[in-house]
Amino acid sequence: MREFGYRRVSDVATAVAVLDAEPHARFLGGGTNLVDLMKTGVERPALLIDVRELPLDRIESTEGGGLRIGATVTNSDLAAHPEVRRRYPALTQAVLAGASGQLRNMATVGGNLLQRTRCGYFADVNKPCNKRVPGSGCPAVEGEHHNHAILGASGHCVAVHPSDMGVALTAFDAAVSYESADGPGELPLAEFYLPVGDTPHLETALPPGALITGVTLPAAPVAARSRYRKVRERASYAFAIGSIAAALDVRDGVVRDARLAFGAVASRPWRARAAEEVLVGAPADATTFAAAADAELAAAKPLPRNGYKVTLMHNLVVSELTALAEGVAR
Amino acid sequence: MTTATTRTPTAQRAVGTAHTRVEGRDKVTGAARYAGDIPFAELAHGWLVLSSVARGRIRSLETAPVLGMPGVLAVLHHENAPRVDSDHIGLLGVPPEPTSVVFQHDRVPHMGWPVALVVAETSEQAREAAEALVVHYESEPHDVAFSGGHPDVYALDGHMPAVTEKGDLEAELAASAVVVDEEYTTPEEHHSPMEPHAAAARWDGGRLEVVDSNQGSTWVADGLAKLFSLDPESVRVRSEHVGGGFGSKGVRAHQVAAVMAATVLQRPVRVVLTRRQMFALAGYRSPTAQRIRLGADADGRLRALDHRSVNLTSTVHEFVEPSAGVARVMYDADAHHTANRVVRLDVPTPTWMRAPGEAPGSFALEAALDELAEKCGIDPIELRARNEPERGPVSGRPFSSRNLLACFREGARRFGWADRDPRPGLRREGRWLLGTGTAAASFPAGAGPSTAVVTAEADGTFTVRIAAADLGTGARTALTLVAADALEVTTDRVRVRIGDSDFGPAMIAGGSMGTRSWAWAITAAAGELRERLALGAAVPPEGITVRSDTTAAIGALAQKERHSFGAQFAEVAVDVATGEVRVRRMLGVFAAGRIVNPLTARSQFVGGMIWGVSMALHEEAVRDLASGGHVGADLAGYHVATHADVQRIEADWIDDPDPDDPVGIKGIGEIGIVGAAAAIANAVWHATGVRHRSLPIRPDRVLPAGTGALRA
Amino acid sequence: MAPSTSSAITLNINGEKFTLTVDHRTTLLDALRERLDLTGTKKGCDQGQCGACTVLLDGRRAVSCLQLAVAAEGREITTIEGVAEGERLHPVQQAFLDLDGFQCGYCTPGQICSAVAVIQEHAAGWPSAVTDDVRPEAGPPPLTDDEIRERMSGNLCRCGAYVSIVQAVARAAASEEQDKGAAA
Repeated sequence: MREFGYRRVSDVATAVAVLDAEPHARFLGGGTNLVDLMKTGVERPALLIDVRELPLDRIESTEGGGLRIGATVTNSDLAAHPEVRRRYPALTQAVLAGASGQLRNMATVGGNLLQRTRCGYFADVNKPCNKRVPGSGCPAVEGEHHNHAILGASGHCVAVHPSDMGVALTAFDAAVSYESADGPGELPLAEFYLPVGDTPHLETALPPGALITGVTLPAAPVAARSRYRKVRERASYAFAIGSIAAALDVRDGVVRDARLAFGAVASRPWRARAAEEVLVGAPADATTFAAAADAELAAAKPLPRNGYKVTLMHNLVVSELTALAEGVAR
Repeated sequence: MTTATTRTPTAQRAVGTAHTRVEGRDKVTGAARYAGDIPFAELAHGWLVLSSVARGRIRSLETAPVLGMPGVLAVLHHENAPRVDSDHIGLLGVPPEPTSVVFQHDRVPHMGWPVALVVAETSEQAREAAEALVVHYESEPHDVAFSGGHPDVYALDGHMPAVTEKGDLEAELAASAVVVDEEYTTPEEHHSPMEPHAAAARWDGGRLEVVDSNQGSTWVADGLAKLFSLDPESVRVRSEHVGGGFGSKGVRAHQVAAVMAATVLQRPVRVVLTRRQMFALAGYRSPTAQRIRLGADADGRLRALDHRSVNLTSTVHEFVEPSAGVARVMYDADAHHTANRVVRLDVPTPTWMRAPGEAPGSFALEAALDELAEKCGIDPIELRARNEPERGPVSGRPFSSRNLLACFREGARRFGWADRDPRPGLRREGRWLLGTGTAAASFPAGAGPSTAVVTAEADGTFTVRIAAADLGTGARTALTLVAADALEVTTDRVRVRIGDSDFGPAMIAGGSMGTRSWAWAITAAAGELRERLALGAAVPPEGITVRSDTTAAIGALAQKERHSFGAQFAEVAVDVATGEVRVRRMLGVFAAGRIVNPLTARSQFVGGMIWGVSMALHEEAVRDLASGGHVGADLAGYHVATHADVQRIEADWIDDPDPDDPVGIKGIGEIGIVGAAAAIANAVWHATGVRHRSLPIRPDRVLPAGTGALRA
Repeated sequence: MAPSTSSAITLNINGEKFTLTVDHRTTLLDALRERLDLTGTKKGCDQGQCGACTVLLDGRRAVSCLQLAVAAEGREITTIEGVAEGERLHPVQQAFLDLDGFQCGYCTPGQICSAVAVIQEHAAGWPSAVTDDVRPEAGPPPLTDDEIRERMSGNLCRCGAYVSIVQAVARAAASEEQDKGAAA
C-alpha cells in the first residue's frame, strides 16, 4: 500500500472542493472495499477524503411516499429501519444477505453502489484485466469464470457487480443523487451503471469528482410484497452466484404490477424489464412466470462454465414469483 | 525443603473426565500470545516478494530504488542472501521442502516462489517497498494442468509402497456379478489455519532464538540448525500458542527468511505470511484423480478391488498423497490392487493436510462402496459388514483392534438408520429433497519417539516439560490429565509447559500421533518420579527431575495393523432448482482409543467432521492455466464452511482402549474428516438420485445434474 | 504540496486514551497490535474475509483490518481486552470457556466480540438474513440456533468449533435475558 494523505471533512461542499483539487484522491466511507483494494494494490490514491461524518446519515420519507436514504447511512441501519422493512422488505433482505454483520456496520449506501467487482483477475495486480488496466486483456473469458456474467457482458470483460443492495434498489427504480463541482445532480439507477462494451474500466455515469449524497426510492406500493433471494456457494458470508429481487401485485389472479432485478449475472444489477413486460396483465401462474424468465434470459450468453446460471435464474424467477403469488413472506 | 507425596486418597482419575482447556482463560480474554503477538525491542519487519511467473529464472532485481525508500533496511535475494545447506534429511526423514530454502539460486519453479525479502522499520514500509520491487524474469512455458490421464504420471513410494497387487484383477472383475468402475476427483485444498504463518528471529548471546507458530519446535529447530549449519544446542524455537496448523506448519519460507534477515541485520526480524502468500507458500492438499473398480458377488462379497490414485507434485520435490492407502486397510478381495501415482507440474509442492491420503481416498472408496451397495440391493452398512477383513488385506497382519462394526451399530441406532428407505429421490420438504448417507472411516494409530521431563517441585507441585505443540487439539490439557494420573495427583498440582525446543526431542503434532506420543513419554517419566518419591525422598529446592525417552519402547511395538475406526452418518437437503446443498445433521461414532478429555475430544472429532462438510461442499482452490497462479487466493475466493453451513453435528465414541499403549490412546486428530465427505455425497445421491463423484458438490454441478437418474 | 502521510491522533480504547502518531496506512488492527501492545485482536486475513480482527466501534462490531487507525479517532473502541469486567469474565467469555467454544483460540477474540454484539443487535430487534418476516409488524425474531448461526457467519473458525460456539452464544444470551428480567 502506498503512502497517502488523509483528510476528514464535515460538510459536502468541502468534500467536493478537496477532491476537485486533488485528482488522485478518493472518498473514504466505510472502507470495506477501498481499503482492501489499496492493500492489494488495485487502488493507489494519494489522498483519502473521509466522508463518514458528513451529515448524510438519515433516512427520511419523501412527500411522494418514498424514502430518501443518505449516502453515509450504514448497511445495518438501512436494513433495520422500520420504514424500509415495511415498504421495501426486499431491500432489507438484500442488505442482510450481503457480507457479514461487521461489514454491514461499516459499509455505507454510497460506497455499496460504487463497490468494485470481486473477479479474481481484477483483484490480482499480477494478472491482466481490462477493467484495471485497459487493453491488457480479459483472462476470465478463457479462464476461471464459473461465477461470471451471462447478461450484458462483452469479450472485454465478463465480471459481475457484487452488490446485493443494488439489486433491490434497481428493482424499485431508485435514483442516485450527487454533488459535484458543477452542482447537484441525480441519475436513475438504470442509467447509473454504464454498459461494458469495450470500456469496462468506465463503470458509472457519475461526473468526475462527484460525491454520492444519497439514494431516493420512489413510492412503490408493489414493493410492500417483495422478496430477495440469494444463492451462493456457502450458506452465508459469500458473494452471490445468482440473486433476485422480486415484487408482485396480483389481483383477481392477474398480475397488476411486477418488479424483477437480478444480481451476480451482469456488470451491474440487472433490471429484468423483458420479464416484467410478460408478467404485467398476465395470469399469475407458473406458465406466465416461466415465460417471463425465458423472455429475460433469451439474451443470455453464457460462457463455457457458467451456463448453470441461466437455469438458476430461470428457477429463481419462477420460485420467487410463485412464493409472492402465494403470499409467502419470504 | 518439603516432603512431597503423590498419593492423594481422594484423587479421582483425571483421564476420561471433562476438563476445560488449561489455557482457556487466556484464549477468551485475548491474553494468549501467538507468534506474531510477541513484542521485541528494535523489531524489524520482513515482507516476502513472490514470483509473478510460473517458470523461468530471475534476470535481475531493481533493488536500488527500494533501498532508498523510507525505513527500508535490506533487500535479501539470491545474489546476497546467506548460503544455506539444503542437502540434509530432516527429523521426519525427508529433505527440506525447496520453497523454504529461500534465495539460493535464480530458478523459479512455480508461481509464488519467494524471490526476495524486504526488511523495514515498520510493516507498512516493508509492504510498500516489497510491492515496489521490480523483478525481471526470463519466463519459460509452464504446465500446471492436472489430470489423472497426464502422460507423465509415475508411481511413487511415500511412507508406503506405491503399488500393491494381489490376485488376478481382470479375471475377478470378469467373474463378478456386480461391477462398479468410476473415477472420482477431489480438488486442490488448503489448510487455511486462522493464524497465518509467523516467525520472529533474533540472535541472543550467540544463540538463535525463533518465536514461531509450528507443529513441532524441535522439528523446526533441527531444520533451521541444519540449514544454517549451526550446532543444534545453539538454536531455540518456541511456539507457545499455535492458531491451527493441520499439516501446514513446519519449516517454511518465513522462518528461514527471518533468520537470514536477523543474521544480516543483527536485530530481531519478524516475517508474517499474508493470507494470499499462504496459498503459495504454506503447502496444500494436491488434487486427486482416483479410479475405483469393485467387483462383487451378488451378495456383495468383494472379489476384486482396484484403487488407483494420481496426485500432483512440484518439479522440485516429490510428495505423494497416498489416497489408495485406505483400501489397504478397509476391505479385502480375492484380487486387491492399489497404486499411488504422481505427476510433476510447475506448481508449489503439496504437503500433508489433515488426514493425508485417507481424506480424499475415503471419499472415493466409500462412495464407490455406496454405489456397490445400491447395485447389489444391499444396505450399505450390511455391505461393509460382509466385507469386514480378518487381517490387514495387504499386510496380512492382525489388527490391534478393529471396532468398525460396533461404530456402525451404535451410529445406526442413534441416527435412526433402520427406518431408512434405500430408494433415492423420495423425500421432499418444501423445496428441499432429503437424503441420508453413511461411510466408514479409518486412520492409522501410531506413536513417535519423544522425551519428557517431569519435575517434583519443592512446593508440592509438578512441572512437565515436553516439546509438544497444542494447535487447538487440547494437547496441553490432555497431557495435564495424563500427568496427573501418572503422578496420582490432582490436576491443579500439575503444570505442563510445551512448545519449546529446549525441552528436548519430541514427536510433532501430526499424524494423529502427538498426544499419544507425548502422553507415553510423560507417563514414563512420571511413573519413575512417583517411584522415587514413594521411597520418601525429600524434595530439594531445585526439585527432583526425571527425564524419559520412549524410543526403545516404541521401537519394540509388535508389527500390527493399528488404526482408529469410525462410522459417519449424514442427512442432507438439496434444492435441485438452485443447486444448494445443506448438511442438516451428522453423526460420527468412533473407536479411536481411550478418550483422555471428552470435552476437547468431542470438539476435535466434530471439527474434523466440519472439515468433511467443507471438503464435500465448499473447498476448491482454482489454478489459472494461463498464468499458472491461483484465482481468488483468499478467504472470499476459497470458501471454508462458516457458522451457517454447520447445523446439528454430533460425535461420540465407543470404548476402544489401545492394548499396547500405556494410556490406551490411539489418536483422534484426523479421523473426524475421514469418510465425512463420502457420507455427504452418498446422502446427496439418496436425496436426488445423482452420484456426484467430483468435489466440491457445488451449485454449478448440482444444478445441471438435477435429479437426472430419477427422470430416466 | 504533497499531503502529510501521518497524523497525531488520540484513540479511545477500552475507556482509556492513547495518543500516538500513525502512518495513514496503519489499520486499527495494526495500531492495536504493533503500537499499543493490544494483541488480543488477531489478524487472520487482513482483508475483511474472516472476522478474527473484530472489535466494537461505538458499540457496534467491525473488522479492524479494514478500519484505518486515523479514521478511528473520536470513536469508542472496545477490544477483547476490554470485554471482561476486571477479573470477572463476560458471560459470553465464560460460556465459550465452559462449553469449549474454541480450539486453537485464534479466531476466539473475534468470535467473542462478535457474539457480544450479536446479542445486542438481536435485543435491538434487528432482523437477519434468515428472519422469516422482516416487516416490523412481525416483531423481533426469536434468537434460534439458525439466527445465531447466520449472525455469527462473519467469523470463520477453521478448527470447526461452530457447534459449541452457537451453544455458548445461546447460553450467554439466555443468561443476559435472565439478568435483565431479574433487574426489571
